[in-house]
Amino acid sequence: MSEIHLQIDGKDVVASEGMTLVDAAKSVGITIPTLCHHEKLEPYGGCRICTVEVEVRGWPKLVAGCIYPVEKDLVVRTRSEKVDKVRKVLVEEMLAHAPDSEQLKVLAEEYGADKDRFDKHPSFCIHCGLCVRYCAEIKKKHAVGFVDRGSNREISFFPEIAGKECWDCKECFPLCPTSALQAAYVLAESLMSPPEEAGGCGCSCSGHKK
Amino acid sequence: MDIKRIDEIIEKHDSEESSLIQILLDIQSEHHWLPKEALNRVAEKLQVPLSRIQHIATFYKAFSLVPKGRHEVHVCMGTACHVRGAQRVLDAVQDATGIKPGETDADLKFSLETVNCLGCCALGPVMEVDGKHHGNIAPSQIASVLNNCD
Amino acid sequence: MTRLSSPEKLECARKEIVAKIDPSKPCISVCAGAGCLASGAAEVIAAFKTELEFHGLTTEVNTRGTGCPGFCERGPIVMIYPGEICYLQVKPADVPEIVSHTIKEKKVVERLLYVNPATGEKVTRESEIPFYKNQQRNILSENIRLDSKSIDDYLAIGGYSALSKVLFQMKPEDVMGEIKKSNLRGRGGGGFPAWRKWEESRNAPDPIKYVIVNADEGDPGAFMDRALIEGNPHSILEGLIIGAYAVGAHEGFIYVRQEYPLAVVNINLAIRQAAERGLVGKDILGSGFDFTVKVHMGAGAFVCGESSALMTALEGRAGEPRPKYIHTAVKGVWDHPSVLNNVETWANVPQIINKGADWFTQYGTEGSKGTKIFSLVGKISNTGLVEVPMGVTLREIIEKIGGGIPGGKKFKAVQTGGPSGGCIPEAQLDLVVDFDQLTKAGSMMGSGGMIVMDEDTCMVDIARYFIDFLKDESCGKCTPCREGIRQMLRVLTNITTGKGKEGDIELLEELAESMGAALCALGKSAPNPVLSTIRYFRDEYEAHIRQQRCPALACKEMIAFHIDPAKCKACGTCFKQCPAEAIEGGKKRIHVIDQEKCTKCGTCFDVCPKQFGAVGKISGEPVPPPVPEEKRAL
Ligand SMILES: Cc1cc2nc3c(=O)[nH]c(=O)nc-3n(C[C@H](O)[C@H](O)[C@H](O)COP(=O)(O)O)c2cc1C
Ligand code: SF4
Ligand code: FES
Repeated sequence: MSEIHLQIDGKDVVASEGMTLVDAAKSVGITIPTLCHHEKLEPYGGCRICTVEVEVRGWPKLVAGCIYPVEKDLVVRTRSEKVDKVRKVLVEEMLAHAPDSEQLKVLAEEYGADKDRFDKHPSFCIHCGLCVRYCAEIKKKHAVGFVDRGSNREISFFPEIAGKECWDCKECFPLCPTSALQAAYVLAESLMSPPEEAGGCGCSCSGHKK
Repeated sequence: MDIKRIDEIIEKHDSEESSLIQILLDIQSEHHWLPKEALNRVAEKLQVPLSRIQHIATFYKAFSLVPKGRHEVHVCMGTACHVRGAQRVLDAVQDATGIKPGETDADLKFSLETVNCLGCCALGPVMEVDGKHHGNIAPSQIASVLNNCD
Repeated sequence: MTRLSSPEKLECARKEIVAKIDPSKPCISVCAGAGCLASGAAEVIAAFKTELEFHGLTTEVNTRGTGCPGFCERGPIVMIYPGEICYLQVKPADVPEIVSHTIKEKKVVERLLYVNPATGEKVTRESEIPFYKNQQRNILSENIRLDSKSIDDYLAIGGYSALSKVLFQMKPEDVMGEIKKSNLRGRGGGGFPAWRKWEESRNAPDPIKYVIVNADEGDPGAFMDRALIEGNPHSILEGLIIGAYAVGAHEGFIYVRQEYPLAVVNINLAIRQAAERGLVGKDILGSGFDFTVKVHMGAGAFVCGESSALMTALEGRAGEPRPKYIHTAVKGVWDHPSVLNNVETWANVPQIINKGADWFTQYGTEGSKGTKIFSLVGKISNTGLVEVPMGVTLREIIEKIGGGIPGGKKFKAVQTGGPSGGCIPEAQLDLVVDFDQLTKAGSMMGSGGMIVMDEDTCMVDIARYFIDFLKDESCGKCTPCREGIRQMLRVLTNITTGKGKEGDIELLEELAESMGAALCALGKSAPNPVLSTIRYFRDEYEAHIRQQRCPALACKEMIAFHIDPAKCKACGTCFKQCPAEAIEGGKKRIHVIDQEKCTKCGTCFDVCPKQFGAVGKISGEPVPPPVPEEKRAL
C-alpha cells in the first residue's frame, strides 16, 4: 500500500491508500464526530455530522469525512467556522426529532446547538440507518428497512420477518442513537404473531395460517 | 389475485433481480396497485428481501399499495402550470371530490394525484382525467367535468 | 427486413428509400407530440385519413405523425408539403376544407395561417413565422422531417451515416478527438464536458463499460428531451452507439421516465427497427463492433435524474444517490465504468461527426458551443420549444421568439435550471445564455426549462413552490437535505401565510449554508431558488414579513377579494358562479363579498366582465366595510 501525505488541521499526516479522512484524523489524535458511521458496515454518508472542509485545487469544499478517501496533498480543516456552523444546524435539526438522545446532547454542547431551535417533530428517528444496515449487512435478515422518501422517510420493521427473527436477536437496539428504534419495534410487535404460531406463508396475514 | 399472471410477468423479465422495478411497474399497470400477495411472490421468485421491495414500492411515485379509484384524476403541478394557477385548480378538485392528493374516496370512484409536468405546458393549467387532458381549465369548470364521470 | 451488413449496403438501402420518395407528392404532416396530442392531434390525423379515403386520395397523398416542431402554443400543427404550408390550431372540422382546398386545388386556407400580431400580415410558410425565424434549429428541425415511428424516414435524411463513418473511417481516438474539439458540454444540468467523462471511462481498465441516456427529465416545466426522444428516437440511438464505440462499451441503457409512455414506445420501436437492420446488436454493419441496449423505465422519482441515483435505479433498487468521490465514469452501474449523458447531448453527437467539430463550434460563445433547446413556458405568448445558439440574450428569447408577456402584463423574472436553478430579474435580461453566465447570475442552465413570470407571480411563493416540490422528491438519506428542506418549507410557508417574522430571511440563509454539506447535488443546489429570490427580490420577502402584504397579490392567505361599489354593474355573473355562495347580490343591487364565507378561489375575479373590472384584490390593508344594505340599489 502506498503512503499518502496530507495535512489535517495544520498537521502533516501520513496515511495509507483507501483510508478515509476520519481514519486518517484519528491516527493523529484528531476526532471527527460521526453518527451514522460504523466500522463493520459499508460506507454510508447519511448524517453528515462528519462534514469537514477540504481544499481541492484551491477551492474549499464540504465533504463527509467518514467516506472521503485520503488524497495526496489534500488540505483538511475539521473545525473551521463554516464546519462548526454546519454541524450546529445539523445537530439542531436532529434534536427536533430526538431531544433526549445522549449522543446529540454531547454534540449540542460542543457546537452550541439550541435544542429548541426548531419545532419538535413526533418521529424520533434521525435516519442514521444503523439498524437497517446492521440487520441487512451483518445479520442478513432484512427485518427492518426504510420506507418512503424525502421528509416522509421512516424506518419500519416488517412483522412477517421480525416475528421470526427479532425475538432472539435485538442486536440493533444498542446501535440506535435515539429511542426511535424501540418504539418502531414495539409498534411492529403488535402486528406480529408469536413465533410458535406462525405458519403457512409466515406472514401475519390472516388468510394463510395453517 | 392471479399468481400465474404474476409469474408470467416475472418470467417476461427473465426473473432478473435488476428488473425488479420493471416487474413492479408491469404489475402496477395491470392491477393499478400492488397487492401484498404479488409483492410476496416477487420477493420469493427473485430471491430479494421483502424490505427492499417495500422500500421500492414506497419510494417511487408510480406505485400504490392500496387499490385505486375507477377514475384517476391528475392535476399538473409543474412550474408552468403553477404560475398559471394550478393550486386553485387543485383546490377546486379537492372540494369537488373531498379527497386530497394521494387519496382515493370511500366508494372507489376517484383517485387524486398531483403530477410534475405533463409536458403540455402550453395548455396550462392542466387536469388529466383517465388519460384525457383538460387544458386551460378554470376552477369553475372542474365540478362539471368531474360530474360527467360515472 | 434485410440486415445491412456493410456500409455500402447501408448506402444502397438509403438510395432505394430516397428513390421511392416523390418530392412533388403531397404530404400532410401533423405534429403527434404530447402537446398537440393533448389538444386533439390524434382526432385531426384520423379526420385526414377518413377525408382522404373519401376523396380516393389515400395513395396519392401521404399522411404522417411527426415529432414536435416546438410551437406548442398553437397546436395541433399541420404542415403541408410541398410548399411548407403551416396551419395552426387545426380542428377535425377544418380537415375537409384543407383537403379540398389545399390538397386538391392547391389553394391556401387563409384563416388557419399564422397572423403576425405586429403587422397583421398572414404568414404561409413555417420558416417565416417569427417564432421559428429567430431560432437556430439544428436539432429540432429534424423532428418535423420524419415520421417518428419510421426508420426509413430517418435513413432518408441521412440517418446512421455518422455511425457508418465512425465505424469504418475513424478510430475510437478520432471520435474522442472530434468530440473534444467540439467542446460539447452536457445538456442535462452541469454542463460538464462530454469528452472528459468519455475519456475517463475509456481509460478505466475494467473491460465491461456502459453508456447511458438520461431521459428522466424530471425538471417540472421542461419537455425538450421528451420531444427529441419521442420525435427522433433514432438520432439518440445513433449518438449512443457512437459514444459506445468511442469509449469501448458494448452495452447501453436508456433510462426513460414512465410518465412519457409515447417516448417509451417510440424508443423501443426504434431499437427493434435498428436491430432488424443490423444497426444494433452483433457485428454492426459488418464492422465487428457489438452493442446492445435496454430501455429502463423510471418509476417516478425526480432524484433518479441524478447520475448515481439513476445508476442505483438501473440496478433495480430505490434510487438513492451514492457518494461520487470516485466518478461514475470509473465506477458506475454495478461498479463498472459508466458514461451518462443527457438526451440532447447524445442528439448532438451524430451531427458533430457528420458535419465536423468546426461546424459545431461556429455556434455559441467561448465556453459554451453549439445550440441549446429551451422549453419556454409560463406567462409567455408563444409557449413552446425553442432552439437557439448559445450566446443569445434572454431578452431575445423572451421578446423576439416568445413574443413577450400576454395580456399587457409586466415581466418580472425568468426561472431557469428547475429546482436547482434560480430566478433572473428584468435588470439581468441582457445576460447571454451560456453555462457560465447563468451560474454567475445565481441560476444555472440546467436542462433547459425556462419559466417566465409576470407581475402577478409572487417570488416568495415561487421559492416555496420549489422547496415544496423537493420535500417529496429528496431521497431522504442525508440530514442537510431532508431536514434542511423540511425547515425551509416551514419558514417559507409561514412567510407566505402572513406568519413570517424578523430573522426568517437570515434563518433561510443559514439553512442554505448547511445544505452545502448534502450528499448529492439535489440537496446542495436545493437552496438556489430561495437564495436567488432573496438576492433579487428581498423587498417582496420583507413586504410579506413586515407588512403582511403580498405585492404580487398572489398569496391566498394574505389577500382579500373585494367588489368596487363604484364599478359594479350588478350583472350577476360573479354571484352565479361563486362556488362558495359568498356573494350577496340581487337585481340592480351592488354586489358584496361576504369575507367570512369567501374561500378566495378567485372565480369572481376571473369572471367579472373585462369592461367592468369591478373585482379587485387587496393585500396588506383592511378590506373596506361593505356598502350598507340600504345603499346598495343602483
Ligand atoms: C436532482 C437531479 C436531477 C437531475 N435530473 C436530470 C434529468 O432529469 N435529466 C438529465 O439529463 N440530467 C439530470 N441531472 C443531471 C445528471 O446528474 C447528469 O449530470 C447528466 O445526466 C449528465 O449528462 P450531461 O453531461 O450530458 O448533461 C440531474 C441532476 C440532479 C442533481
Ligand atoms: S442531498 Fe437529498 S437527494 Fe441527495 S442524497 Fe441527500 S437526501 Fe438524498
Ligand atoms: S458519520 Fe459521516 S455521514 Fe454520518
